[in-house]
Amino acid sequence: MTSLPASTEKRLGLVIDLDTCVGCHACAVNCKEWNTSAGASPLSDVDAYGADVSGAWLNRIHTFEVTPEDAPAQIVHFPKSCLHCDDAPCVTVCPTGASYKRPEDGIVLVDEDLCIGCGLCAWACPYGAREMDPVENVMKKCTLCVDRIYSETLPEEDRIPACVRTCPSSARHFGDFNDPASTVSQLVAERGGIDLMPEMGTRPVNKYLPPRPKTRPQPAAASTRVSAPVPKADGFLGWLDAALDKLG
Amino acid sequence: MHPAVSVIFFTVTSGAGLGMIFLLGLGFPVDASAVWVFFVGLVGGGLAVAGLLASTFHLGHPERAWRALSQWRSSWLSREGIAAILTLLLFGIYVLIWMVTGSRIHLLGLVAALGAAVTVFTTSMIYAQLKTVPQWNSRLTPLVYGAFALGSGWLLASALGTHQAPEWWGIALIALAWGAKWLWWARAGRARLSDSGSSPETATGLGFIGKVRLLERPHTGENYLTKEMVHRIGRKHARTLRILALLLGGAVPVLILALVALSGAPSLFNLLAAVSMIIGLLAERWLFFAEAEHAVSLYYGNR
Repeated sequence: MTSLPASTEKRLGLVIDLDTCVGCHACAVNCKEWNTSAGASPLSDVDAYGADVSGAWLNRIHTFEVTPEDAPAQIVHFPKSCLHCDDAPCVTVCPTGASYKRPEDGIVLVDEDLCIGCGLCAWACPYGAREMDPVENVMKKCTLCVDRIYSETLPEEDRIPACVRTCPSSARHFGDFNDPASTVSQLVAERGGIDLMPEMGTRPVNKYLPPRPKTRPQPAAASTRVSAPVPKADGFLGWLDAALDKLG
Repeated sequence: MHPAVSVIFFTVTSGAGLGMIFLLGLGFPVDASAVWVFFVGLVGGGLAVAGLLASTFHLGHPERAWRALSQWRSSWLSREGIAAILTLLLFGIYVLIWMVTGSRIHLLGLVAALGAAVTVFTTSMIYAQLKTVPQWNSRLTPLVYGAFALGSGWLLASALGTHQAPEWWGIALIALAWGAKWLWWARAGRARLSDSGSSPETATGLGFIGKVRLLERPHTGENYLTKEMVHRIGRKHARTLRILALLLGGAVPVLILALVALSGAPSLFNLLAAVSMIIGLLAERWLFFAEAEHAVSLYYGNR
């Protein structure tokens, strides 16, 4: 059913630290690798080695330039995937029931066998989290690696989303936002986690940690810029000085 | 937004067909010979069916389209499918009884008319519900869809029916529809993405530091999102298309209707007005999609 659950038992999601992300795209690559070989169908590419490459990805890394009014610009790498919103508009618009939000852990998923590929869910998402698979013709999105996190065969340390597992700068964290003691809840509380486009009313579960304030260069000491007083001249130079002063 | 030809064709033709079904259901007078009733019913129902079939062409899996009838509790698209099928079914029975007995069951007609109105409303709500496209997210969107369906439906019905002096009503309905569209365009000019309160600053949450600008896209090529929702090519001829829509969708039909009314020519000539209006509406609908800005474009360099 594409009606949303009133609340979910757990609220699993990601915290993405924009302060430590180095923009290496490793999370996106590992996501693609895991999700193309696991799950219902491959994450297809078209013309992968040709001139007009395109394909479905569940995670994409944008890079923004942020310019404060009184300081030089800074670069922020910005990984973006499904935010598993509490009020997910992509779920309610789905005409077939293919899109759903799980009441047990809040993960938003697509049942590929029910998807008719109408694309309305992608239109309803402000974040661009859903992409149509160009070969399978069904909608693809982040599953929060539902096939890893509940796995009983993977080693314990691998039972987290592929993007979190691979991040070399530990900029990605996974956990339950309903548990105030979880790492993700504590990071959000300590660092002031932010919602993307809160005005859309989607109530995203994933949170972004803003970059820490930059150390700013101290302005140069005022005294060095004032020139030394000119010594008073006498004799001919003194007369010339006084005469020139009179001329204005 | 990417203007998909199948969706443009669908909303215009099914709008005209459902407009005609609405009027016939309300009792629009038609010459009662069985063959003619069949033909008139075929035009109204056929246009609606052709539009609905066209809409399945943009699906990734048209063979699963029947599944779209299940989620009426939450989904406007699902509600539209159900309303369309019920309306066409009721209208089909209405026309069949009319053909066979020569008399119309008014109650059944009224229910079919109601169904046609509901179907057009649900179609418009598929777009009007989307917060991500501020220009569509308005009560004026259902008004415009309804007014154009009624106007184009009236022109078709007036050409094939026996209403007395339908041309003047036609001119009034065309004026009403374009009046609604004028309001819609006026609002859309004020309701661009940049007016909606969303910006690269809110999209990234980095506005508290300063002004945000996209430095690098995630990839060098296009992707589904940029092709579907960050589409800009369709806006290239916006001015020309708007003039074309107003001329073919408004001025030309009004002129034809006035000539027919003043010259006393047979109402069948109103068909020319209907065809012109439908072509004009295709241009109007193209712009409806092509000019709409989607919030996701904020992640791809739009402001």
